[in-house]
Amino acid sequence: MIQISVFLENKKGKLAEVTKVLAEHNIDMCAISIADTTNFGILRIIVNNPEKALEVLREAGYTVNTTEVLAVEVPDRPGGLHRVLDILSKGDISVEYLYSFVRRPAERALILFKVDDLKAAKEILKRENVSVLTEDDVNGL
Amino acid sequence: MMANKKHHKSWLKNEEAKSSRNRSYYGIKEGVVEMYWDKAHECMDRQQLKELQSRRLVETVRRVYHNVPYYRQRMQEMGLVPEDINGVEDLHKLPFTTKQDLRDNYPYGTFAVPLSEIVRIHASSGTTGKPTVVGYTRKDIITWSELMARTLVCGGTTRDSVIQIAYGYGLFTGGLGVHYGAERIGASVIPVSGGNTKRQIMIMKDFGTTVLACTPSYALHIAETMEEMGIKKEELKLQYGIFGAEPWSEGMRREIESKLQISAIDIYGLSEVIGPGVASECQYKCGLHIFEDHFIPEIVDPETGEVLPEGEEGELVITTITKEGLPVIRYRTRDISALNYEPCKCGRTHVRMKKVLGRTDDMIVVRGVNVFPSQIESILMEIGETEPHYLLVVDRVNNLDVLEVWVEVSNRLFSDEVRKLEELNRRITNEIQSTLGLSVKVKLVEPKTIERSEGKAKRVIDRRKL
Repeated sequence: MIQISVFLENKKGKLAEVTKVLAEHNIDMCAISIADTTNFGILRIIVNNPEKALEVLREAGYTVNTTEVLAVEVPDRPGGLHRVLDILSKGDISVEYLYSFVRRPAERALILFKVDDLKAAKEILKRENVSVLTEDDVNGL
Repeated sequence: MMANKKHHKSWLKNEEAKSSRNRSYYGIKEGVVEMYWDKAHECMDRQQLKELQSRRLVETVRRVYHNVPYYRQRMQEMGLVPEDINGVEDLHKLPFTTKQDLRDNYPYGTFAVPLSEIVRIHASSGTTGKPTVVGYTRKDIITWSELMARTLVCGGTTRDSVIQIAYGYGLFTGGLGVHYGAERIGASVIPVSGGNTKRQIMIMKDFGTTVLACTPSYALHIAETMEEMGIKKEELKLQYGIFGAEPWSEGMRREIESKLQISAIDIYGLSEVIGPGVASECQYKCGLHIFEDHFIPEIVDPETGEVLPEGEEGELVITTITKEGLPVIRYRTRDISALNYEPCKCGRTHVRMKKVLGRTDDMIVVRGVNVFPSQIESILMEIGETEPHYLLVVDRVNNLDVLEVWVEVSNRLFSDEVRKLEELNRRITNEIQSTLGLSVKVKLVEPKTIERSEGKAKRVIDRRKL
C-alpha cells in the first residue's frame, strides 16, 4: 500500500492548504494521520490515486515522498489489534508508527503499519492468517 | 634568503630598542582624562608620520617580494618591482590581498619568515571550513602587545587597573591579544575567558574588576544577568569597558554605559591584519584611531577597487607596515567605513575610521565568530543536498546573539518518520556547530519558505537591532 507523506511546518493553516490542493484535484483520502513535533509535522495519507496526489502536491511546492506501508484488517473487538502486534513483535518486526482508516467494513478495523522490514512482516502475517490488504481492496470499500 | 634573514634581525633589534622608550602619559583636559601609551607615536606630526609610513612600506614591499612567492608573483604579473614603490603615494599601484588569497595559500603560504621564526599561530574561521591561519614572530607579539596597550589605555586602563578578559582565549585573537596588551601596561589581568556569566559576575564583584574586556553583546548580557541576580552596579568597581569583535550601535553603547555605569569604547581589529589593536576609540568616542605608524588604511570602492576620496564611505583596506610573520598588502577587510583625517580633540594625530557600518559580503559576526553562508552551504551539500536552500537568521535574545539556520527540506532529505527528521536536524546542527564553533538552532522549513530573489539568494537576515 502506497502512503503519501508531506512535510509541514507546525503553523496555523498549513494543513488546510494541503487539503485544499487535494480537494481541488478531487483526490479522495481514506486514511489520515499527522505526526507532530514542536517545529514540524508529517502528514501521512492514503488516497485513491497516489500518483496523482504526489504529482499535484509536488507541483504545489510541497516536499512529498511515498512510502510503502502495510494495511492490515483486524477484528474490531478487544484484543484484535493486540494479536497483530504480538505476531509482529514475536517476529522481531519493529513498528515505526501506525494509524487507522477512516472508512471500514462492518466489525472490521483497518490499521496501517509502517514497519522496519516490510517483506518479513508480510510473510509472518500471511503465515498467521492475518489479511493484508492491497490498493484494490481498499479502493473497493 | 640569508641576506634577508640578516636584514630582518637588525630591524627587529632596532624596533625593540624603540619600544622600550615608551612612556604612558596621563592628564586631564576639559574634564576628560587624556591618556596615551605611546604619545610620541600616537601624536606624531602627520608629515613625519607619512615619512615613517613610507619608509616602512618600502621596506615591507621589499621584504614580501623577496620572501613570499605569492606576493612576488602577484607583483610580477602587474609588472612591478620593489623599486617602483617609493612611498605611501605608490601604495595604490600594489595588488589587493583578499581572504581568499590567504586561504589559497593555506596554511603558511603567505608567511614572510620561516616557521622557525614564528612563535604564535592563531586562526580565524574561513568560508570553506578551513580557517585562515596567521603567524606572529617574537617581534610581532611585541608590536601587538604595544598596540593593545595603546588600545587599552585609550579605553581607560592603567597599571592600577584590574582587567577582566572575557574574550575567548584560544585560536581566536581576542583573548590573548587583550591579555598581552594588559600585561604590557602592568594592569592586573584576570584571564577568565568567555562564558559562565554568573561566575564572571562573582569574580567581577569579589576581585574588584575595574575594566571589562569582551564583546558588546556579552557586556549587555552580563548587565542583564546582574539584574536577575540582584547585584547592583554600585557593588562593582567597574569603570571602563573595552568592547569589540562584533558590530554594535550607539544605542547599544548608551545602554551598556547606563546599565553598568561605565565608559565603553569600541575597538577594531581582524586576525589577518594583527587581531584586536588595529584601531581604537579614544575617550571622545568620535571614530576609531587607526594606528597609522603600523597600518596604512585606504577606502576603496568595493566594486571597482578604486581608491575613494577622503571622507567617502567604502571598503576599508589595510596594509601592514611593521608585521614580520604575515605582512598583508592592501588587505580587503570587507568592512564598510570612512576615514576622517581632521585632528581629534584627544591630541592623537592618527586618522579616525567610522564605526564599522556593514560588510561588503554576506559574512556575519555572531558572538565574535565570523560566519559565512557558504560554510552552511558546503555542510548541507555534504549531507546530500544538491542545491541547498537555507537562511541564516541572527537575533539578539536577552542580549546574546542567537543564530538560527533555516533549512528547506527537499524530497531528498525528507522522511515519513519523525525520528529520521529529528536525526537529520541533529546532524545538521552538529556539523554546523563543529565547523563554526558556535551553537546554532537548526529549523527545518517547508520548500519556498525562504525568499528567492533575482540573482543572488538572500542568505542572511540580521534582526539584531544595532
